[in-house]
Amino acid sequence: MTDSTPHSSSIPASGPAVGQDEWVARHAARRLMPVGPLRTVEERLRTVPWWAWLVLFIAAMSLLPVVESSGYVRRVGFDTVLYMLLALGLNVVVGWGGLLDLGYVAFYGVGAYAYALLDSDKFGVHLPTLVAVPLVVVIGAAVGFLLGLPSRRLTGDYLAIVTLFFLQLFQTVMTNGDSAFGHNLTGGPNGILRIDPLHLGGHDLTVQHKGVFAVSYFYVALGFFAVVFVALRFVNSSRTGRAWRSLREDPLAAEAMGMPVNWLKLMSFSFGAAVAALTGTLFAALNASVFPLTFYFVLLITVYTMVILGGSGSQPGVVAGALIISPLLEMLRDPGKSRVIFFAVLIGGVGLAARRSRTVGIAAAATIALGFAVHELARAIDASWVSGEKAGGFAGAVDHWVVHPAQLASWIPPVSYIGLIAATLLVSTLHGRLRLVALVPTLYLSAFVWENVMLAKPEPARYIVLGLILIALMILRPNGLLGERRVEIV
Amino acid sequence: MALLELQGVSLAFGGLKVVHDLDLQVEEREIVSVIGPNGAGKTTLFNLITGIYRPQAGDIMLDGASIVGLEPHQISRRGISRTFQTLRLFLNMSVKENVMAAAYGHTRAGIFRSMLRTPGMRREEREIEALARERLAFFGERLMGYRWDQPAFSLSYANRRRLEIARATATNPRILLLDEPAAGMNPAETHEITELIAKLREDGGYTILVIEHDMHVVEGISDRVVALDHGIKIAEGSFESVATNEKVVEAYLGLKTTATK
Amino acid sequence: MDQFTQLTVDALTLGSVYALIALGYTLIYGVLKLLNFAHGDVFMVGSFIGFGVLQLLGGTDNPVVPVWALLTIVTFAAMAGCAALGVAIERFAYRPLRDAPRIAPLISALGVSFFLANSMQLLFGADPRNYNTFDLSNGALYLRGIDLGNVRVPLLRIITIVAAFVLMVMLWFLVNRTRTGKAMRATSFDREAAAMMGIDIDRVIVFTFVLGSALAGAAGVLFAVRVPTTVSIGFVAGLKGFTAAVIGGIGSIPGAMAGGLILGFAESYTQGYVSTKWSDLVVFSILIAFMIFRPQGLLGRPDISKV
Repeated sequence: MTDSTPHSSSIPASGPAVGQDEWVARHAARRLMPVGPLRTVEERLRTVPWWAWLVLFIAAMSLLPVVESSGYVRRVGFDTVLYMLLALGLNVVVGWGGLLDLGYVAFYGVGAYAYALLDSDKFGVHLPTLVAVPLVVVIGAAVGFLLGLPSRRLTGDYLAIVTLFFLQLFQTVMTNGDSAFGHNLTGGPNGILRIDPLHLGGHDLTVQHKGVFAVSYFYVALGFFAVVFVALRFVNSSRTGRAWRSLREDPLAAEAMGMPVNWLKLMSFSFGAAVAALTGTLFAALNASVFPLTFYFVLLITVYTMVILGGSGSQPGVVAGALIISPLLEMLRDPGKSRVIFFAVLIGGVGLAARRSRTVGIAAAATIALGFAVHELARAIDASWVSGEKAGGFAGAVDHWVVHPAQLASWIPPVSYIGLIAATLLVSTLHGRLRLVALVPTLYLSAFVWENVMLAKPEPARYIVLGLILIALMILRPNGLLGERRVEIV
Repeated sequence: MALLELQGVSLAFGGLKVVHDLDLQVEEREIVSVIGPNGAGKTTLFNLITGIYRPQAGDIMLDGASIVGLEPHQISRRGISRTFQTLRLFLNMSVKENVMAAAYGHTRAGIFRSMLRTPGMRREEREIEALARERLAFFGERLMGYRWDQPAFSLSYANRRRLEIARATATNPRILLLDEPAAGMNPAETHEITELIAKLREDGGYTILVIEHDMHVVEGISDRVVALDHGIKIAEGSFESVATNEKVVEAYLGLKTTATK
Repeated sequence: MDQFTQLTVDALTLGSVYALIALGYTLIYGVLKLLNFAHGDVFMVGSFIGFGVLQLLGGTDNPVVPVWALLTIVTFAAMAGCAALGVAIERFAYRPLRDAPRIAPLISALGVSFFLANSMQLLFGADPRNYNTFDLSNGALYLRGIDLGNVRVPLLRIITIVAAFVLMVMLWFLVNRTRTGKAMRATSFDREAAAMMGIDIDRVIVFTFVLGSALAGAAGVLFAVRVPTTVSIGFVAGLKGFTAAVIGGIGSIPGAMAGGLILGFAESYTQGYVSTKWSDLVVFSILIAFMIFRPQGLLGRPDISKV
């Protein structure tokens, strides 16, 4: 459906007739389109075939190691490609099959561990890469199939529980596998080490080159990504994809029209698992080690946020989601970057809202004024209340606005944090002018909390951001960035 | 041997007997109408035939072979297709895709062949698209042309009903079960549907079972009429004989009591 | 034999806590058809609130009130705090999604769970918090108790089991013998019809969350009096609670109690007779078996929907 291009209008020579021609039929669609130059741009863009976009994208990504020689950036790039692969796989299950698979990252773990067992010193097995990787994919698909089997006739809720428990089970089994009936099968919490690198074209792919993260893995990952993207896209535009769309629309009608709904769901589940397992091999080969804790709840929520943000059901969407979230998470590790991100989002968000409503602009101005006022007041009371950060640059500038004490009494973080939550909830309950009035101190408080509480502990802070994104997405825009806008008839 | 045969079919929900000891035979290329007041068990009958419900007693046979216990998609592949009383289109899919989707049961390109886009798969896709065009063309220009790519939710009510019929025919069935195809239509559209059902039998060779409330339609199309009430068959025969049958009149209109004079 | 008695006592203690968590799940699922993934984290917050209040009252080495009052106040504080939390979660993360497709509130619940666990970690750190109940009355809660054969059942465990039981009885009473309870049951059967009968759905739902979350809070305290608590126990506790609710029959209150006990017994005996490591596998197998052979659980109603 997204491939259709609008024809030029074909109004009959006798003039438009009510309800009978194309011009009228496209009236509603025309109303939604942006006007002016933006529209011409959008129309031109729509004529570009999808594979051209893919090639462009891969080319752009390939430039990353050329542009950036920093091993750290390259590593983040590689991780992002892995996330893109994971997102593609989850998209098959959630977006196309309509199944809530909460054990998805366990299949990632299955793939990683399977590769580790087949290509390491653990059992002395060293299968060649071209045998190991496809074998792991098959294993992943098989495990997915087996897990999906008993869950077939169940509603989405039950599947969610079973798969979530599977995630937990995978964790327990891998962690306790170092003493299974007297044998050390999985290395337990210490995982499996010294995993073979990928061996392609007669060479072992090196991870490090002169101490810097080598590019070969990055390109291999990109290659996998391209292949998976294309393969999945082809499946989606075939009769299987049509059947998946039908069963999302109305499973009963789909079944009545000859489509085996349970089998189709099982297929989507199994395919998603296979993609996850494939990604697992890349992960294991690169890191040369696997540990159980990687494949747990945090990773699950991360991948889900990527898929939902980008738009479940849309391949470009979920890739975009991964492209946004992965570097974001990484940047939030560093307080300096976190601060910039926070204020960018704050100012950007308020700015966008102010464009539509002048009163928000007034509130923004009031917040700025309030900030300076509070800051001066605090300094007047006690200089140590604002002498927290002495750094220059952006951090220093911000510190003239936000109150940043040198010492934080232990009651301040919990009280201010919970206060912020309460204030936010209050703002969402109020309406009209009261809401704007409440918004001003809330915005300022949020800056305070970010600066003093969350920057201090980046690890939980960045995950809090993730959780909030997920909640906000579901409430405000469940179809994400590029997901299909659906008409639901209840 | 009848194409479709029901013998002693019974179904109860808890204590409520929805269909009770029902016998029915439908010969090939027959058009049989099923009538009865609301709650008589007509849609349940369709649900039983298509495998959505399983009869608690009795047997349902297609070409002499029992289809009881088969999954709905298996029954669809054996040649029974249907439309729904409350319209169950794939609303967010285009008109063309709705019909193409229904071709799933008699096409073969699997996931792996699709991934590789083998020539066989591509040829089958072209065939499916041609099939969809052909089925939609049955309704004239209404669902063709620019409508081809429009999402199904943008169609008018009457067009949606037509699309559902087109979709049902795309499974290449031998038997079509039409559940109130004329519901909610104005007289002109109703007349059209009547002609269409006849045309479906003439040109398509389908055997058709129709649930209808509009007696003009029933009169216009039926070879035979079956009347149900409270899950039991109360009359069967030509339209004239059933329409004047005492029990049928009573079921629809109630008993004439001595008090109402 | 002694091991059996010991394990049975363990099973009952564990099972009562699971039952309380499962009850919260089943109540909320009943009225909203939503699996509240955040429930386990509410349980965790309850244990922390209990800890905080305990410290405010002087801690276990210097309590300002007698022991029984201490425990009661701590439990009620946790229940109240969690009830408030539950109301807030419902109001802001689930209510906007009441008419959205079923998957939406589920994912929102995941987000809430993640948010809660990490917020607690942000504020309180990942270190375990120990109630140190052994210090109370010079260890009386551990040293005194009833003797069953050669096994001494400590007072603390008896209190846990009895408290859980009392709460469950109160809940049963509330749901089956009050008007609000009847409204809850009506809503869980058919929300629209209940609304048309004049039941204020919003209030019923809020009330359900109050009940369910309060029970989770109580479970949190009953759990933490014996085992140190951390910010990450929510996930596994929630999962176990789920599983118990599903095994017992989701939507059924006696089912949740039964499911919790079954889970407690399964875990306890597996840990005792087989090994602590494989109890999860045993429970998983039980879950799968139910899913295949009896998806409606022990006491649940199979779903019949009209086509």
